[in-house]
Amino acid sequence: MNTEILGIIFMFLLTVLLAYPLGKYISKVFLGEKTLTDFMAPVERSIYRLCGIDPNEAMDWKQFLKAMLTINLVWLVYAFFLLLYQDKLPLNPDSNPGQTPDLAFNTAISFLVNCDLQHYSGESGVTYLTQLLVVTFLQFVSAATGIACLVALFNGLKEKTTRNLGNFWSIFVKTNTRILLPICIAGAILLAFNGTPASFEGKDSIITLQGDTVLVSRGPAAGMIAIKHVGTNGGGWFGANSAHPLENPNYFTNILEMVMQMVIPVAMIFALGFYIRNKKFAYVIFTVMTVGMLWLLIPTIVSELNGNPAIEKMGIAQATGAMEGKEVRFGPAASAYWSIITTIISTGSVNSMHDSTMPLSGMMQLLGMMVNGFYGGCGVGILNYYLNIIIAVFISGLMVGRTPEFMGHKVEAREVKIAMIVTLFTALLTKGFTALAAYMVAHHPDIAWAVKPSGWLNNPGFHGFSEMLYEYTSANANNGSGFEGLGDNNVFWNVTSGFVLILGRFIPIIGPVAIAGMLANKKYIPEAGGTLRTDSFTFGMMTFAVIIIVTALSYFPPLALGPLAEYFTLKTFEL
Amino acid sequence: MKKNLKISIKLTLVLVLILAVLYPLLISIVSKAAPGGGKGETIIVNGKVVGYERIGQKFTEDKYFWGRPSAVDYNAAGSAGSNKGPSNAEYLATVQARIETFLVHNPGVTKAQIPADLVTASGSGLDPHISPEAAKIQIARIARVRNISADKLQALVDEHTEGPYLGLFGPSTVHVLKLNVALDELK
Repeated sequence: MNTEILGIIFMFLLTVLLAYPLGKYISKVFLGEKTLTDFMAPVERSIYRLCGIDPNEAMDWKQFLKAMLTINLVWLVYAFFLLLYQDKLPLNPDSNPGQTPDLAFNTAISFLVNCDLQHYSGESGVTYLTQLLVVTFLQFVSAATGIACLVALFNGLKEKTTRNLGNFWSIFVKTNTRILLPICIAGAILLAFNGTPASFEGKDSIITLQGDTVLVSRGPAAGMIAIKHVGTNGGGWFGANSAHPLENPNYFTNILEMVMQMVIPVAMIFALGFYIRNKKFAYVIFTVMTVGMLWLLIPTIVSELNGNPAIEKMGIAQATGAMEGKEVRFGPAASAYWSIITTIISTGSVNSMHDSTMPLSGMMQLLGMMVNGFYGGCGVGILNYYLNIIIAVFISGLMVGRTPEFMGHKVEAREVKIAMIVTLFTALLTKGFTALAAYMVAHHPDIAWAVKPSGWLNNPGFHGFSEMLYEYTSANANNGSGFEGLGDNNVFWNVTSGFVLILGRFIPIIGPVAIAGMLANKKYIPEAGGTLRTDSFTFGMMTFAVIIIVTALSYFPPLALGPLAEYFTLKTFEL
Repeated sequence: MKKNLKISIKLTLVLVLILAVLYPLLISIVSKAAPGGGKGETIIVNGKVVGYERIGQKFTEDKYFWGRPSAVDYNAAGSAGSNKGPSNAEYLATVQARIETFLVHNPGVTKAQIPADLVTASGSGLDPHISPEAAKIQIARIARVRNISADKLQALVDEHTEGPYLGLFGPSTVHVLKLNVALDELK
């Protein structure tokens, strides 16, 4: 079999193989059972003591969300000012400038919300200090925030009737000490031994074999590259992200980074099964999500391996597939696989440039972010999927003519309304802002405050539209990848995408946690003969159908204007 | 609210210390034992650093094997792809021009033989590799310029072709800088 395809199958199987025991471990951590990492308990206790946390304090859904939102607000202020004044602070060997207020606004929010859209390049836009104190720090805590909110949902599902969703502080601290940090230490060391820099030295200057003088950017990158993947963050140390040969040196590190970014999202599904003692429910979710992934992945691989039809017309054979924006050491198959995984699990790191992928691949990447729940980001993936479950329960209830129930609780108007509002609001954000940007491009292309320092679009026509659509889709999904040709470091993009980022993060977290809290509060109804079984594959199909229909209805028009239109023009391309 | 804020500020400070100071320091210290000591591995010829092992270099002279086109001209101060879309007419004209340049420098080669990686820019702009086919297609030119037999060059390319990872996964590659260093040493 083709070694490139074999490589992808291996990466997927390895991920699932590791995710299962990790899921079991995660469920034990949050159930408070004995685990391998109990040696961290004294560290956690001293953190609680130092910060005045009572780890056993019960929290209802409102208290839980208040604690979460408060600390997020602190991080936002902290990150904004560090980025603004980074040029005056130490650890800046390359003398990089401070960020402008609009860029610092965008960057601080972007990392706070686990998105990691970067409107700067790592080599020149941040310093070693902010790479660590802002970027690396937020990459840990934003992932832990997502996971903590998911554990609140787990707690709501586990008990028959309860107000208590767990203690935010203790779940959050344990996520860092027991899950993220151990995996990152192992991953970062493996990266360092494969050639990723980890020392604090600045740029080096060398004379090449042919006699050119060039610079080489470096820095303490390995640690950040580990958490960037483990926390499904995606923001790279270097501008070219994991396509950069120091950020992702070889095929082994490509497998490593791929597994690191996918393992927690998949493990959280299994953890759910162990935690609420209903493994079948988890298997059904895993199956639906895997089918969803394949639905996006297979067309992408096919279109990348076939190469660019326009280049084929020039007489080039493209035996190795479409190579623009790709690295030879990964090849088009592993690049296609990465581009889909990174968009469905909301990482947003890239090992090839998505702007240069084929139109159908671009559409699949967009769809991955629009659904945002096939595995999904650390914690938030299942929260998004949970909304679809609530809608599926409601529709199924209507179809059989019974009051819909989910896990022994009546799903009533209030919960369904929240689920619907969150789902429709994300589509409104993405399409509304894309429309605004398209209007600006068409009617006010010369306004200096908006378009300085560079023009917006790197590509004309349908592809240019896709660049704008991709930016807001990515911001709303908290993904962070981009059609990077977009000239996005200006007031317009920094400010508008900043708002999309923050709304696209917190509304889809608050919604599901609130629903979980409200449902858990209700009287428990024991299962009877006519109860809709939500851990059956029939119901899994129902959820899948809901996802497809909602996504298709919400996003077909912009997809038709962007990638689909480009696909058809490329087919009939003449030199 | 006030209690939450107090906890938030304290917890932020503690976690900054653990996650953003101690953790990167730990990795930095451990990496001193790694090849290159965590500063990036270099390639040294006659006691002189000629490049970083992971970072590709620009080769435009006929006597060297060429690497891929680069959006940053192989200056690793930064890194980027072209970000050109597949249907962009200006981009396609650039590809067409690269094909013609290649044909001029490599007489006897036909269009259909040119591997795609030689006329398309990489994602990082720093790709250190080309495909084995992309190396082979340049052998005739280098044999002529350097007056070395094609067989000898073919053997050199084969020697520098790295197969899939573990023999099973991913594509085969040729490291352009290492190949050119070996080429200079060939007499």
